[in-house]
Parts: sequence; structure tokens; C-alpha cells
Amino acid sequence: MTDLPSIAEIPITPLGDSALIVKFGDSIQKETHLKVRQLAEHLDRHPFPWMVEVVPAFTSVTIYYDVMKLMTEGAKQGGESLTEGPFQMAAALVSELLLTLRDVNAPPARIIEIPVCYGGDWGPDLETVASRNGLTPKEVIEIHTSADYLVFMLGFAPGFAYLGGMSPHIATPRRETPRLSIPAGTVGIAGDQTGVYPIDTPGGWQLIGKTPIELFKPQQMPPTLLQAGDIVRFYSITREQFEAWEELER
Amino acid sequence: MSLLIEKPGLLTTVQDLGRFGVQKYGVIVSGAMDAFALRLANLLVGNAEGEAGLEITLLGPVIRFEQTALISLCGGDLSPKLNGIPVPLWRTVLAPKGSTLTFGPAKLGCRAYLAVGGGIDVPVRMNSRSTYLRAGIGGYEGRSLVAGDQLSFGEMTPRGSHLLASLAREASKESGAFSRWAVFPEILPKYAANPIVQLIPGEEYDLFQEQSQLDLWQEQFAVLPQSDRMGYRFKGRQLQMNQSKEMISSAVTMGTVQVPPDGNPIILMADRQTTGGYPKIAQVASVDLPLLAQTNLGARVRFRKITLQEAQRQLIERENAIQTLRNGLEQLETSKR
Repeated sequence: MTDLPSIAEIPITPLGDSALIVKFGDSIQKETHLKVRQLAEHLDRHPFPWMVEVVPAFTSVTIYYDVMKLMTEGAKQGGESLTEGPFQMAAALVSELLLTLRDVNAPPARIIEIPVCYGGDWGPDLETVASRNGLTPKEVIEIHTSADYLVFMLGFAPGFAYLGGMSPHIATPRRETPRLSIPAGTVGIAGDQTGVYPIDTPGGWQLIGKTPIELFKPQQMPPTLLQAGDIVRFYSITREQFEAWEELER
Repeated sequence: MSLLIEKPGLLTTVQDLGRFGVQKYGVIVSGAMDAFALRLANLLVGNAEGEAGLEITLLGPVIRFEQTALISLCGGDLSPKLNGIPVPLWRTVLAPKGSTLTFGPAKLGCRAYLAVGGGIDVPVRMNSRSTYLRAGIGGYEGRSLVAGDQLSFGEMTPRGSHLLASLAREASKESGAFSRWAVFPEILPKYAANPIVQLIPGEEYDLFQEQSQLDLWQEQFAVLPQSDRMGYRFKGRQLQMNQSKEMISSAVTMGTVQVPPDGNPIILMADRQTTGGYPKIAQVASVDLPLLAQTNLGARVRFRKITLQEAQRQLIERENAIQTLRNGLEQLETSKR
């Protein structure tokens, strides 16, 4: 069995008067990510009656709660915990839960393959990324399509996945002047991160290609292609394949 | 039942209490900036408090009621008039068929909430009717209202119908009627042009310089023009950390006080992103969020430090007051029968 931190070492801190943060670590690591995912997925399946929602991030899980529902819950349990206040009560219940979660494993990751048409009008910065790293555009595509990327968390925009695992050989700083609008589906690189813009957004990423796949689907539940914990693989398609794809989706 | 937007005003959107349960997908919460005002407006027309209403910003719209409607206006005082007659806030109002609601100067606050009996009937998208402007989702066609938009109402509750019937006895054809009772002023947030807002020290509070900690409680902070539904940006004494700390993005919430490297605090509001990576110096006490939501650009805000326990105590007190109001409205209904 691996050495997991004892429960006392997992700090639970308030985020204002209606949320709390469970912090599993101080650096972005797969180990920490798995613990985040385990708690978040458990709470999705077995929510506390006083919970509003749960948001997993790189190293933490934030639990939003309803103070009045917590008070009702406390009153049911005899009212002793009420004197401490709602935050202490919620924190105690989460601590208790963490004890029971120690040996449970999160479900296996899904693998999501994303087709990308690299370069051209849709990837105007592919050349920049290549020349900055002393590579040819073809080599950049090969490197970008050869990794397994882990979805650490979603944020910034609906369906935007923070991906870990990009090769440092294609890392490129952001553009000095951000573009005012980047179309949905555009694939970019910023520093040592890569990602796909799910909706039209202004942004400073280096744009290397575009996917015909929708990442944000507000008419569905869940409304996003990707979820925290998924493994993403990119593969290269031609412009013709891209257009045929779009035709199909229509 | 429906209303027609004759002029849209500065920014009029359909909002409910927000889109919860999908923040983990990066979908922002949205919803009313002053949730207290929308909740009360809904209760006053017999609705569930989470029904969709209109959030009206600073320069109000011109709205024509195509059928007799039960309405309530709460929150900021934007000098509303019905057929030219001033409408009191925090009351139940009957708007006769064909009547026109207009607005004038902002006397106090900057966001008024209009609730209608039955609620504004727009499709529910991802658990909510709120307008998510940037993604073009929810509300009325995912956008702010424009002239010519016609919004339908949902079905009134039995309580709403009773309220309507009792007011109809007093109303004439041209002028509406107002309830004689209004919400106790004591339970309202202490709205002010330059409010004092209570903050709970945040996770990174101790990492700020001692002088910056003092400045937060002692100085005034001006609301910058770039402030909007996403966040309020402030200018005052710059808040500096002892040493810059590389932060890992984590979830934020309404009222989170972030300090970017320039030292000027930002308070996250209804249209905030779901996660953030700036140090969190403090968090607005939930009971005081309506004060900020009603603060105008250029206003001067002071902050007062309170403990988490005190913030939660005040929150429970506020919720109990709303419960008392809810009970009172129910009794009103039964006594009228």
C-alpha cells in the first residue's frame, strides 16, 4: 500500500461562508490528481444533503454548501455540532468521509481522441512554434500527436480542459498581443500547456490547428466532451477530412 | 401572458438564482447579481424564489404589459413608473393590461429586479434560465434584451392568483394598484451609495504585507469603470504580498477578493470564471453581496473585517428573516380566502 497522508494532514479551509476547500497537495501531480478525482467522483454519486455542488481543481476539491440545510442536518443529529458553526460541521463530515475513501479507487480513465487539422488558416502559429523550437511543422505535429494528455481540471471557459503531459520540446510562450477572437475548436499552445478553445474567446495562445469536434455541448448533460480525469490523444486529419466532418455534424 | 420590450435600456437580461451543478465543467454560475432582491421580488408575486426575472441595469427599459400582470420591483431604485405613476419598491403591484413600465434616474443602487407572476418563461438550459452572455446560452436567446422582444410568463401559483385577485378589486383600468403592505425595511440589506462591505480574511490573507492588511480595513477603494457582472475592480492603496507566490488555480466563488500582481483588488461577481489563480486576500460575507451588486461605478467602498462565525451568524439571521416573510405571505393568502 502506498503512503497516503493521514487525514489530519489534509487541510480543509473555508472559502467564504458558504464553501470549503479540501487541499490534497501543493504541486500538480498525478498522485494528487487521483485523490482529487476520487473525492469529487464520490461526492457526485453520494452528495451530502447540504451540498450545492463540487468543483475539482488541480490539487483541491471545493465543496459549496447551503448553510441553512447544514443547520437542519445538525438539528437532526441532536444539535451538538450546531454550536461550532456550519463550517466546522461541514469540515468534520468531510474529514469523516475522507477516512472511508482511503482504499477506494477511482474508476479507470476514459480515452478521448480528438482529430485536429494542423497548420493553414486554422493554425497560423504552427510555423512560429516550429521555428522557436528548431523543428519543422511536421515534427511539431508528430510530437503533439504522440502524447497522452491528462485532463487535470476544467475551467477558464465551459469545456476548457487543463491538460498535462505536453512535451517541453514544443513549449512556446504566449503571443505578446492576444487575438481578439479565437474561434471555437482552435488548438493552441501556451508555455508548456496545450488546450482547445471550446467557445469563441479572446486569447494569447499560439494557434496550431483546429478540431471539427464540439467540446462544449450545452444541450447535453454533461455539457462537455472532456471531463477531469480523461486521457486525451490528438490525431492529425486533412482539411478535406475536417470539412467532411463538419458536413456530417450539420 | 407576456410583456413587450419597447426599449431595452442599458443591459436588461433574464436571470434566476444561477446555474449550479455545472461549474465542474467550466460553466459559469451567472444569475442575479443581487440575489436577495430577485428572491424577494419573486416571493412578492407568489412565485418560488428561484423563478426567472429581469435584471435591469442603471438605465432601465420601457416595458409594455400585454395582459394584466402581477409584478414586483426590488433592489436598486431606478425611479420606476407605471403609466407615469411612481411604483414603490418591495411591494406587490398590479400592472393593468396595456400599461407601460418606465424608469428614470438611479436614486439608489444600479440594478432593479422585475419579477412577474408565473416567472419569465424561457427554456431551462443546464439547470437554469439565467443568461450566460459570453456563451450565448440561456435567458432569452442567450443575449440581453432588445426592442421588440416578447417574453412570456409561466403559470401563476395559487398564491399569485389570490394576490392578483385582491389587487384587481382596487385597480382602475389605467392605473395599477399596489399592496398596502411592504417588506419590513429592517430585513433589507443596508444599501448605500458608498457602502461598507464586510469581509472574511481569505486563504492568502497572511501572505500580504502588514501595511496592506491594514490598508484593506482602513482605506477607501474606488469602483473602477471596468467593473461589470464578472467582477468589480477597485483602485485604492495597492495591496502587496510579502513575496510573490506561485498559485495553483482552484475554484473561486461570488465575493472572492483576488489580488493580481498589480495590487488592485478584484471582487468576483455573478459572471466570474469558475476557477482562479490569484491570491485570495478575503471573501465578502454573503449577506453583503447585495450591497456590492448595487454599487455604482466610481463609488467608494470601505471594508470591515469579520470572522467566519459572524458571517455565518448573519447569514442565518438573514435567511430566517426571509423565512418569516415567506410565512407572512402565506398567512396573507389564507386570511384572504
